Amino acid sequence: MTDRLRDKTIPVTTILAVLVAVWYIGAVAMNAPFQRDLDRRGDVTRTTLEFIGATLSQPKPTLPAPHQVAANFFENTFLRKITSNRSLVYHSWVTLSSTLVGFLFGTALGILIAVGIVHLKSLDRSLMPWIIASQTIPILAIAPMIIVVLAAVNVTGLIPKALISTYLSFFPVAVGMVKGLRSPEIMHLDLMRTYFASPSQVFWKLRAPASVPFLFASMKVAVAASLVGAIVGELPTGAVAGIGSKLLAGSYYSQTIDIWAALVAGSVVAALLVALVGVAGRIVERSMGARPA
Amino acid sequence: MLPFRQTPIVDDFARHGGRKVPLPLEGRGQGWGYSVVQSERLAGMRWFSPSWQVVLAVLLCILAAVLGPVTTAETTEQAAAGYPFAETKSFVFDLILVAGAISMARIPPIAAALVLFVGAHGAAWLLLSGIAGFEGTARAPFYLLLAAAWLLAWRCVTLLSGLQPAARWARVLLRLVIPAIFGLWLLIFWEAITRGAGIPFILLPPPSAVGARIANSLPILAADVRQTIFKAALAGYAMGCAAGFVVAILADRFGFLRRGLMPIGNLVSALPIIGVAPIMVMWFGFGWESKAAVVVIMTFFPMLVNTVAGLTASGHMERDLMRTYASSYWQTLFKLRLPAAAPFIFNALKINSTLALIGAIVAEFFGTPVVGMGFRISTEVGRMNIDMVWAEIAVAALAGSVFYGVVALFERAATFWHPSVRGG
Repeated sequence: MTDRLRDKTIPVTTILAVLVAVWYIGAVAMNAPFQRDLDRRGDVTRTTLEFIGATLSQPKPTLPAPHQVAANFFENTFLRKITSNRSLVYHSWVTLSSTLVGFLFGTALGILIAVGIVHLKSLDRSLMPWIIASQTIPILAIAPMIIVVLAAVNVTGLIPKALISTYLSFFPVAVGMVKGLRSPEIMHLDLMRTYFASPSQVFWKLRAPASVPFLFASMKVAVAASLVGAIVGELPTGAVAGIGSKLLAGSYYSQTIDIWAALVAGSVVAALLVALVGVAGRIVERSMGARPA
Repeated sequence: MLPFRQTPIVDDFARHGGRKVPLPLEGRGQGWGYSVVQSERLAGMRWFSPSWQVVLAVLLCILAAVLGPVTTAETTEQAAAGYPFAETKSFVFDLILVAGAISMARIPPIAAALVLFVGAHGAAWLLLSGIAGFEGTARAPFYLLLAAAWLLAWRCVTLLSGLQPAARWARVLLRLVIPAIFGLWLLIFWEAITRGAGIPFILLPPPSAVGARIANSLPILAADVRQTIFKAALAGYAMGCAAGFVVAILADRFGFLRRGLMPIGNLVSALPIIGVAPIMVMWFGFGWESKAAVVVIMTFFPMLVNTVAGLTASGHMERDLMRTYASSYWQTLFKLRLPAAAPFIFNALKINSTLALIGAIVAEFFGTPVVGMGFRISTEVGRMNIDMVWAEIAVAALAGSVFYGVVALFERAATFWHPSVRGG
């Protein structure tokens, strides 16, 4: 227990404290020019302490102070009705729903492709290079395209965003699953052969169980990617709701505090999703008889 | 059934162990040895070896012939003047049927693959050039013929995948040709379906139109590439990777920093960092500096996390050896631990090459001067010039692949000693 305290809790807390301190100093420094300007025009003279206080409580600061972001986040998360379109819970839910749909499709697609690649040699040779190449392409750039084109054929709302999430999340799953499905050792495969197991038996009794740890590891990456996809999918079209649209609206109206609060909300959602996948993975692995390392 | 089960074992050895496996003896030709798959070995006794792809292709051809006209234009008077399928239609049938028939005869797989390649792509080319100018008139037989040609190409790829040539250049060539055929067919289907079904140009332009657009607007594309990639992405990439690297060395030097930073770094890598783009645009203005700043933040953490992980990659024995030499921390770092970390560092560089482009392009959605790939994409979408958007995407894809490829080449040169490169 003390090990954990010494190796993790204390360093992490220290670094976080340093980061917050740097943030405050940065906030004062970055907001000072505007505040000085404001004071000169208003003919206000302040002591240094008052001045610092003023830089930390501007309504539209260049860099909002942590407590402003925290207050805004708290207010918009817990104090508003979740149906209100100012509620961060509402916006997070909009983004989350398309993230989840895209993530599910992406995972299913990734698994299907991996199964195909492992079993068909021609697919392995012809598809695998393209899957890797597809990741060197800045695919997020076509997000606005997909959305506009689909809007032209009257597909709007959740599906286009989910498609982008699908595209981003299928890759880690496909690559991880190919690795996982090929992870059984030759000894094990030979054992299955001595049992005269059919290909489907080899798959269900050996390859699929062996791939589960790989699946969950890659699903963690995929769920984070799929959230990014959903957020970016909301950017270019002026979507009415979602974390991405909140970012865009904040940037149009210089509502910096709102932008930061939306960022915090996105980060919380991301952390929750990754943690959730991690917990699910641990439960599944334990129920399949894995021993904690 | 039983005696033939040994062949797949060889196959699995080659695939799973990644080791050299003796080929079946009869497969050792001069340049083009090939592993003998079960069906071919059985069929070796007969004069022809059927494959389901070719049989299905022939059935599709028969069905297409029964259904009649390839396009609706053929049924009307239009057919008289300049209708392209009048002469080539029978040629398409001939190509598919003859190529399919020859491929099933008992000839070396490489010859069969060549015949199939010519047949499939000749037929596809005839079909595509026939439909141009008659958009939206395709009927079911058009698609049936296309599917038949595709099946031949599939058979071709299957045969090529089965080849295991001894010569190195032939193996490299095969590794390039097989995915190239796959990519080619994606384009063929795209072209055939957009033209055949007459999909409106503003929804999805055919690839030939996108290619024409690229050729026509090279100056604009070049300016966008200069702004987005050479100014924003590369500057940010260099700064972000350098900063991540330096902090990683510091974190390695001071254990307290590492223990505090690593959990945070791992958490941040899951966060949607791209969301800082509007903030950076607000801070650094509309120019390329704001995009570079986004790229710096996006590339910093992958570099940090990977480098720290890589610095632990050297073994205990080697580090003990360095200690017996009484080498200092920095000597150990430069002579042992950094070289050992090179694969990890290059991995981060490769990940970051994609992230840099994404960051630079997406940040441009929040405001730019009137040049840049992200700017062009968002404005041309608004003006419904979808072919220009696809042209930008194609350029971005090419740039991304080249960027990645260059990093990969550097990796091969720098980590030539690593088993994954030396391997074979």
